[in-house]
Amino acid sequence: MNNEMPNKTEADHNKNVSQNNNSSKIIKNSADLPEFETNIANMLLDKFDKKLKIIFIKKNRIKVDVHKDNIVEIAKFINQNLKFDHAESVTGVDRPEQNEIEVVYHLGSYDPSISNQILALSTRTVRESIPNPGFDKTRLPSLRDVFYSVEFHERECFEMLGVYFENHPDNRRLLLPEDWADLPPLRKDFKIKGR
Amino acid sequence: MISKLPPGIKVEQKGDNDKIMTLNVGPQHPGSGHMRIIVKIDGDYIVSCDPDPGYVHRGEEKMAEYRNYITNIPHLERPVIHDSCNILYPYCLGVEEILGIEVPERAKYVRVIASELNRCVYTLYWLAIYGIFLGHSTMFMWPAGDRELLIDLLEKLSGARVTHAYFVPGGVRNDMPSNFEDVCLRQINYFEKRIKQYDSIFYSNPILKSRTINTGVLRQNDAIRLGSTGSVLRASGIDFDLRKKEPYDVYDNLDFQTNVLKSGDSYARSKIPWLDMLESCKIIRNALEKIPKSGSVRVKLKPNPKAGNVETYKRVESGRGSLGMYIISNGKPEPYRVKISVGSFRNLICLPYLLKGEKLGNMPAVYWSLNYWPVEADR
Repeated sequence: MNNEMPNKTEADHNKNVSQNNNSSKIIKNSADLPEFETNIANMLLDKFDKKLKIIFIKKNRIKVDVHKDNIVEIAKFINQNLKFDHAESVTGVDRPEQNEIEVVYHLGSYDPSISNQILALSTRTVRESIPNPGFDKTRLPSLRDVFYSVEFHERECFEMLGVYFENHPDNRRLLLPEDWADLPPLRKDFKIKGR
Repeated sequence: MISKLPPGIKVEQKGDNDKIMTLNVGPQHPGSGHMRIIVKIDGDYIVSCDPDPGYVHRGEEKMAEYRNYITNIPHLERPVIHDSCNILYPYCLGVEEILGIEVPERAKYVRVIASELNRCVYTLYWLAIYGIFLGHSTMFMWPAGDRELLIDLLEKLSGARVTHAYFVPGGVRNDMPSNFEDVCLRQINYFEKRIKQYDSIFYSNPILKSRTINTGVLRQNDAIRLGSTGSVLRASGIDFDLRKKEPYDVYDNLDFQTNVLKSGDSYARSKIPWLDMLESCKIIRNALEKIPKSGSVRVKLKPNPKAGNVETYKRVESGRGSLGMYIISNGKPEPYRVKISVGSFRNLICLPYLLKGEKLGNMPAVYWSLNYWPVEADR
């Protein structure tokens, strides 16, 4: 479990779930937290206990943070048991202060019972100060075998932030020119000229 | 040799497949839009297809990190200027959530009316191109002409024909003009009569049917697995419309249905947006009935509003399916990260799957039926 979790979502009106890192406990239903979403979070906590951390529970939205070693296993469980069947987007977020790149999968479902839910599954990887996309330590396991729909999203994430997805069948450039030789453009150290 | 190549790049081996020919469709070809489709064909049949977007990539997500929540409005609508209200919708909903703003009731109805008008404007433009792709030039002229009706309405509302920049966090930029409700009702009634005629000239046309029925069939479980959205998904028999499933603003008060077809072929995919336009007319009429007759339409924000360390993911149903905005704030006036998740980009993954084994001549019919807008997919 990654203990150095940045407090980025600790805000006033995000209903944060206080959770002890040493002994994960089932979240109690309270008036603040929506019931249905809490039940989904509890199913995840039941199964994986300390391997994941619930960041927030809001109406129709749950965010879960996992270590990159466990993400494939947890994603498989989410796909098979919780009926989340596709990924809506894959977002890479550069966090130079923590020396990390966060990747957030927004998973959705077409099953009528939970089709209004979005489960955000986030994980982190090392950020290299001088990136060498594909050859450095900025790597994550690909979720393409679990959620087929992430294929193009992960390709975009690789070119925009330099996160190499292992076991992804196709890591070519998608939106950038093939001869792009600058930093990955969505890193914070890539500056727009004149701004 | 291989070890020095960047990962993921393969050198194509010359083999016995000499009869396979590679064709570049685009990026200047009128049958592709601003993107390139690399197709490999064996005779007349497509063996494999590799979409290559990115020719109109403008870095909207990067630009959004340099501007504050209000100055982001005009450039965030650029990816899809015909549907600019719908692309700003999730952004405004998201910023309202992180800033804690409650939108006035009247503004919610004005937003619904504007976004439904805009959905029709987009769909007509898309339909016009679909018509000309298939060599049906009447179907190019009619929607392009009828689109003017709605553009006039949106011009009355916002002052601009396209790129309205009409939605702002906290409501809409200005109230409706005094006679707007009557004009809108009249135009919509005429418009509905007009688009009903498309059925006889286009959708019942035996030539269109012979070219699109049973071409590019997307089965239901594949539509789910590929994560397709919008009309592509509903044409494959899945009833998923965010206006019903996760109603935003006042959609839960309005009376409408979602359209679902089961066949999943190009014909169904081209028909769903047209059925949605008829549904949009109902929504607009219903909203004009229920709209509060007076009241504010905008909550004034502080200059340079700041949110805390929060994040939000909001999505709406745009003309091309679910459109999500993921906004992360870190306490500064500018957002830390804005991710735009668009329906076009999500539906693009279906293209190689659908074109495999199809005839090359059917490529435009399949490609444009995906309701794909290249500029939006590239962002």
